[in-house]
Amino acid sequence: MSLNILVLVKQVPDTRCVGPDAMTPEGTVNRAALPAIFNPDDLAALELALRLKEEHEGARITVLTMGLPKAAEVLRESLYRGADDAVLLTDRALGGADTLATSYALACAIRKIGTPDLILCGRQAIDGDTAQVGPQVAEKLALPQVTCVERIEQLADGRVSLVRRIDGGVERVEAPVPCLLTIVGDAAKCRPCNAKLVLTHKHTEPAPDGVMRQWSAADVEADLEQCGLKGSPTKVKAVQNIVFKAKESRRLTADEAELDGLMKELIANHIIG
Amino acid sequence: MERIVALKEGNFQEREEFPFAPKDYADAMDSYDRVLSIVGEIAATTLADNAESVDEEGAHLAGGRVTYARGTAENLRVLHQAGTSGMTMPRRYGGLNFPITPYTMCDELIAQRDAGFSNIWSLQNCIHTLYEFGSEEQRQKYIPRVCNGATMSMDLTEPDAGSDLQSVMLRATYDEAAGEWRLNGVKRFITNGDADLHLVLARSEAGTTDGRGLSMFIYDKERGGVDVRRIENKMGIHGSPTCELTFRDAPAELVGSTRMGLIKYVMALMNGARLGIAAQSVALSQAAYDEALAYAGERRQFGKAIIEFPAVKDMLDLMKARLDAGRALLYQCARYVDIYKALEDVERTRKAAGEVLTPEERQEMKKYARLADALTPLAKGMNSEMCNQNCYDGLQIHGGSGYMKEYPIQRYYRDARITSIYEGTTQLQVVAATRYVTSGVYLALCREMEEQPVTPEVQPYQERSRRMADLLEQATQKVKDATAPDALDHMARRLYEMAALCVMSHLLQYNAAQRPDLFARSLETFMDYAEAELAKHFTIIGKV
Repeated sequence: MSLNILVLVKQVPDTRCVGPDAMTPEGTVNRAALPAIFNPDDLAALELALRLKEEHEGARITVLTMGLPKAAEVLRESLYRGADDAVLLTDRALGGADTLATSYALACAIRKIGTPDLILCGRQAIDGDTAQVGPQVAEKLALPQVTCVERIEQLADGRVSLVRRIDGGVERVEAPVPCLLTIVGDAAKCRPCNAKLVLTHKHTEPAPDGVMRQWSAADVEADLEQCGLKGSPTKVKAVQNIVFKAKESRRLTADEAELDGLMKELIANHIIG
Repeated sequence: MERIVALKEGNFQEREEFPFAPKDYADAMDSYDRVLSIVGEIAATTLADNAESVDEEGAHLAGGRVTYARGTAENLRVLHQAGTSGMTMPRRYGGLNFPITPYTMCDELIAQRDAGFSNIWSLQNCIHTLYEFGSEEQRQKYIPRVCNGATMSMDLTEPDAGSDLQSVMLRATYDEAAGEWRLNGVKRFITNGDADLHLVLARSEAGTTDGRGLSMFIYDKERGGVDVRRIENKMGIHGSPTCELTFRDAPAELVGSTRMGLIKYVMALMNGARLGIAAQSVALSQAAYDEALAYAGERRQFGKAIIEFPAVKDMLDLMKARLDAGRALLYQCARYVDIYKALEDVERTRKAAGEVLTPEERQEMKKYARLADALTPLAKGMNSEMCNQNCYDGLQIHGGSGYMKEYPIQRYYRDARITSIYEGTTQLQVVAATRYVTSGVYLALCREMEEQPVTPEVQPYQERSRRMADLLEQATQKVKDATAPDALDHMARRLYEMAALCVMSHLLQYNAAQRPDLFARSLETFMDYAEAELAKHFTIIGKV
């Protein structure tokens, strides 16, 4: 049986180039002021997928992104590096989505593609830095998930063995497939674009069919109430520049009472809630 | 480039068969740009990051086998993943069918970050010799392997056969029982000597002692029979293992015909390699200039940045002028090579279909073959000497810091030193070029370029180049008329430099006419420098 891998990628503003005009007065990212790049953690996910493809004969890699039509650039770049095909989910109705609405739309697209054996995505995007979309997609598809993966050790007999990064060390875990993995950015440096693939795909544009498919919200049968701004409970109240000053940290055990105490403290401080 | 693309791609018919083939001229140029970007990005990241550790570590030898430095192995892996191996080979063998010109530019980008590594990468171009002279069976067997990342070496020199390759003694004997050739003997100073595939110059004609008894062979490491005895402990280019090899009954295949090894095939091989060293030299010139410019801007003495002192600024200006002029010469040479090699290929294809080149095409091929042969020794000799000078000046601008290992300029300085020695010393480049000096090939080229339309701003420089060419013409005549039997040998280097400076001045004028923003300043500096050099040589030749 051939292995099907789906890689979720995102085109992000290069936050390493943040200047004074990086945010709009409305508190959203000023995408025009920053160069658009392939989200670094997603590149690591793509590289792990490409390595699996080398190890498993007949494996196929599909890359999926949701974004503006311009996001086709990261899909093309994925094809340049060795992905087999790509899907661009783009629709005005999907604009302004928070992580909940994004993961909903992505899950709809994945259902249409057909649930793969593995879904790989970067741990987090450098614009929102939430690290929520991967886990939420897994939840919506009712798939097991392993976060912060830095190595895929073995994939055989319906199970995948993994090494995940945890505070102060690593953890070896095993998961059944299909499952979703979020990959840390330094798990693997992504291979370069391949000359032949670049020359082959440089003219590839999104189309209803072919190597790079373009889908709308209707194409993936998404409920518009759950998409875009409408489907996003997150509201930005204000954006502030914060310089971290506190150095102290606290270590909690997995004790219910301690966790409960922390939640109450965070709510009382208006950090969450 | 339009003529080159037209010759390489015909009517773009390969698009049907290969999705990565271009659909028109603009598309082909775009493809070259894109691959240059890929190589440039890898060079500026992976290669640049690894360069220092590769220089520290060097290659290792154990059990007759070479292991590359960690960084070298990574460089090779990444460039292989990028599909940059065998890029000039036809698509039907797995290549990209790229012209030599963009390939040379890629080579330059690589050498700028790690000159030693560029040797390993650019030896892939040896496959050209097999493509040109090998059988179709050999092409199908070996070219796809190179396109798939197999490394190559050219095994020419021996302990007693360096510049004098006619003295090669490695024996090739035909084993009747096995039905194949066997190689026995020693090779020395072999770059990347533990490569996957070796082109070997060997004596197939027992009892001969000159170049006519030598043939070319291809040896495949998978067969076994060649061991590395030692890796030389070199001053520079540490990433590139220079090996002494012992051949013990190593099985090999004859490439082309016997007896043609040195006379025909090595000449072709060497011309390609010389262009590679010219690219490596330009790269080192650029690297030295970049480092020196950055340092001169940052380093403050006597209350200001040292670049503000004319003594430093003038050095930088001259470095840049040499760099721009040398690069113009390199690319012009590469374009000449491209036109005639592409026409040779057209001829090969037509021959297979029972057709021949038109008389005009044949004439064009001859013209560009001659120009390529004439410009190759100029590009190699001049650029290697100029890059040594640039590295010297670049280090000088660094002062005491430049002498310290913490700064990369010392690595460029050490790496540069070999460029005027290997693949034919500068003195041998002069020998190769002398016949074109005396037969007036360079002069004719200059006279032709004097007629090129240029911008009004460049016009006065063109006039100055005309007067420089007059000096070259008079000096050449003076040496020809000299009664002393060895006058030409004594003055050859001076005539060679005069010719090269004249040609480079025109090429730089062409560039300055196109892009004054990039080249006008270099042109100004270079013309002063070239005129002064010509006047010096002219004075000394006048004493013959």
